[in-house]
Amino acid sequence: MATIKLEIVTPEAKAYSDDVDVVTLTGIDGEMGIYPQHMPLMTQLVAGEIHARKGAENIFLAVGDGFVQVTGEKISILTDMAVRAENIDEAKAEEARQRAEARLAGKLSDEELASVSASLAHSLVQIKVKRRTTK
Amino acid sequence: MPSTRDIRRRIKSVKNTAQITKAMQMVAAAKMRKAQQAALVGRPYADLMNAMLAEAGPRIASFEHPLMQNREVKKRAIIVVSSDRGLCGGLNGNLFREIGKLDKGNTTVFITAGRKASQFIARTKRQLAAEFTYKDTPTFGEARAISKFAQDLFLKNEADAVDILYTKFVSTLVQQPKTVPFLPVGKIQAVTAGVNAPEQELKSAGVRTDTFEFESDEETVLGELLPHSLNFQMHQILLEAKASEQSARMVAMKNATDNAKQLIKDLTLEYNKLRQANITKELLEITTAQMAVG
Repeated sequence: MATIKLEIVTPEAKAYSDDVDVVTLTGIDGEMGIYPQHMPLMTQLVAGEIHARKGAENIFLAVGDGFVQVTGEKISILTDMAVRAENIDEAKAEEARQRAEARLAGKLSDEELASVSASLAHSLVQIKVKRRTTK
Repeated sequence: MPSTRDIRRRIKSVKNTAQITKAMQMVAAAKMRKAQQAALVGRPYADLMNAMLAEAGPRIASFEHPLMQNREVKKRAIIVVSSDRGLCGGLNGNLFREIGKLDKGNTTVFITAGRKASQFIARTKRQLAAEFTYKDTPTFGEARAISKFAQDLFLKNEADAVDILYTKFVSTLVQQPKTVPFLPVGKIQAVTAGVNAPEQELKSAGVRTDTFEFESDEETVLGELLPHSLNFQMHQILLEAKASEQSARMVAMKNATDNAKQLIKDLTLEYNKLRQANITKELLEITTAQMAVG
């Protein structure tokens, strides 16, 4: 069976790179599944979950906002965060979420607000992905 | 004339200082390597971003992106990237001298990253629009906050141009203050990663660009890509400034250690001279006393 190369990079690291059978991700217009030989496509990635299947193995990742570029044989994803589900520390993410929410409740300047709400979104996504995969 | 005890005390205190500066030198060296490393891991990201920008470039030109708008420059914003702490030689001093050259009074506002810069701006009573901090290993989030603020300022017409003033890492021994234009985006350029990375060409992924399909529509996707590449550029600048700071600190601390060692050497020499003189004096006293008695 044909495979497609999935590559996820963040500014801090190359988070994932492997040949997979199918990838499901959340684009700006909703969830989509990408199989090998998909037509060239560029879209925005919405913070959420990426699911990749490789043979019998299921891979889940929590990702932040970003961009997706699909060519026939490769899916490239640019995002500001990507964490494998098994690497997510739920307690830590939960703690981060509470900290961010507590800060949001207080008074914040615009620039602080932007960074806090971004980190809040990150921890929310991580918690969501972790809960789903451990069920 | 100091007593031997005074000199001994001084030697001890200089030795302590040397120990501390030596430790700081080691720490700075390790952190510098880390910052350079962090800039390098951004390389795959830069490559991919370039591939996407290559698709975007010709298309973005066909519609006017608000961040590319060229206006008459009435008000300029300057992002100053400095260190948080001192003890890094002339690094911040050189940077702030540049500010003096760039500052045009009322028409210039400053955005600072790093505590030293905000202190300087406040002390010299210049206009401060916002101050940001960044950690020893700057994260993308911190860079995004700064870049976002600058973009907002530009889009709200509160600044007609934004420049970044930071310390460029030339080599471990040489760091140079440098001003780079940030906004408006004149030409879409390739982003680079890594300290002193060579300029890169925009290369497309090797697929004919007109075959790409866009979801939702190309204007939105490409429109979003541009600010994102600016955020990334900001991140790389923070990393480079950090590498400069750490190497400047390393060199400053090495000089301090060398000076302290020299001082210890001189003081020890003086101490021994004084000690010998004292012994000779005592011997003389004993012999004279004996001669007087006998």
